[in-house]
Amino acid sequence: MRSRFGWVIVLAALLGAWELYVRVRGIPDYLLPAPTDIAAALWDERSTLAGQALVTLREMVVGLAAAVATGLGAAIVLHRSETLRRAVYPLLVASQSVPVVAVAPILVIYLGFGLAPKVLIVALVCFFPVTVATLDALRAVDPEHRRVMRTLNASPRRIFWHVEMPFALPGAFSGTRVAASYSAVAALFAEYAGGSGGLAESMRNGLDTPLVGAAITLLALMSMGLFALVTLAERLALPWSRRRR
Amino acid sequence: MDAIGITARGLRHRYGDTETLAGVDLEVPAGARVAVVGPSGCGKSTLLSIVAGLDAPAAGQVAVGGEDDPDERLARCALMPQRDLLLPWRSALDNAGIALENAGRPRADARAAAMPLFDRFGLAGFAGSPPGSLSGGMRQRVAFLRTLLAGKPVLLLDEPFASLDAITREDLQDWLAEALAAEPRTVLLVTHDVDEALKLADRVVVLSGRPARVVLVANAGSAGRDDLLGALRG
Repeated sequence: MRSRFGWVIVLAALLGAWELYVRVRGIPDYLLPAPTDIAAALWDERSTLAGQALVTLREMVVGLAAAVATGLGAAIVLHRSETLRRAVYPLLVASQSVPVVAVAPILVIYLGFGLAPKVLIVALVCFFPVTVATLDALRAVDPEHRRVMRTLNASPRRIFWHVEMPFALPGAFSGTRVAASYSAVAALFAEYAGGSGGLAESMRNGLDTPLVGAAITLLALMSMGLFALVTLAERLALPWSRRRR
Repeated sequence: MDAIGITARGLRHRYGDTETLAGVDLEVPAGARVAVVGPSGCGKSTLLSIVAGLDAPAAGQVAVGGEDDPDERLARCALMPQRDLLLPWRSALDNAGIALENAGRPRADARAAAMPLFDRFGLAGFAGSPPGSLSGGMRQRVAFLRTLLAGKPVLLLDEPFASLDAITREDLQDWLAEALAAEPRTVLLVTHDVDEALKLADRVVVLSGRPARVVLVANAGSAGRDDLLGALRG
């Protein structure tokens, strides 16, 4: 138990040191709010923050779900066609150097101020880790499995769905976990680019630092929650994968 | 299932610039058990892949039951690889029966076919175990039953016990000899172990180092261990 919850002690120590530093040195809260100030803001603005958090969470979840669906599809298509993989993969990697911050306003112009551009931006950011991790995992399947299965009456389609794909699922989950942790920042970028009602609203007023801190705290918690949810889903779906590690 | 034989003439094969097989002839009569013995890395596994129709030879002919078309050969041969390659998300029983499911039979049928073999061949009580919880010897038994349940007339066994410790290996050799006596098939076994070859096969083919040629063909009854070792060392 002690080793498992060591992070609680570290977190408490960090927060304590932070609080102490702000109080002892008398740092004004527009420079750095104390953890207790943030906690107070969280409580005072709870109904506003909860509403905003739900908006942001929706963007994250819908965007991530879209990214997983398209990312898995893309990985499968690219895995099955060597030609396509050679043509598309380098472009896919290159596309990652396009800053989402710069693209976001353009998407808002195209798609308006609603949910659509935010979901699209989150999906764009999350698509890459899902696709790459799944594709790598598919390619890493021991080719000997394929050869043996061919002598055991398996068609290529059957080998793909019953051997290669299950072997690749832990990789797909890893990619999804990474994507889940990106989704919060991506949703925030999207909200900054065009009106939202999400947590970015509470971050715009940079002078109200306790409120900004409160919004950041919520965003971090949602990101961790989503990460934990993906991990839980993996444990339930792939009990064999944990045993192997 | 009618027993069928394997005939190969002048098989040549190369990996890039390396010649692996330099004209190998092979005759496995229907229902016979032939062991191919050769130094590690001499192309024995390649020979099995070619017989199974998984790899194409650079030259030479190979026929299984008189058929030389690779797809027809694939349909007649089941391969047991050196590593068990069991699927970790399937139970031992469902791994053993996978070839039946691959052929379109429902899982319940596959289980019903695999279960009696589990009881008969020392795996009783392990049907539901995940492969990761079985010992190396157990896993090889499951892998062999998987090959058997493919229902093919020809079994190709690629160093089936090479990854096991000496005591387990001897146990499994006895076990395999028994299993093959109960479920007779045409068997082509590849090994680097002369004793294993003598124990399991009725005919032994000795290959030279790379590029491999046949240096000796002997009946297990008449050839001594020393003759084979002598041929193996060249």
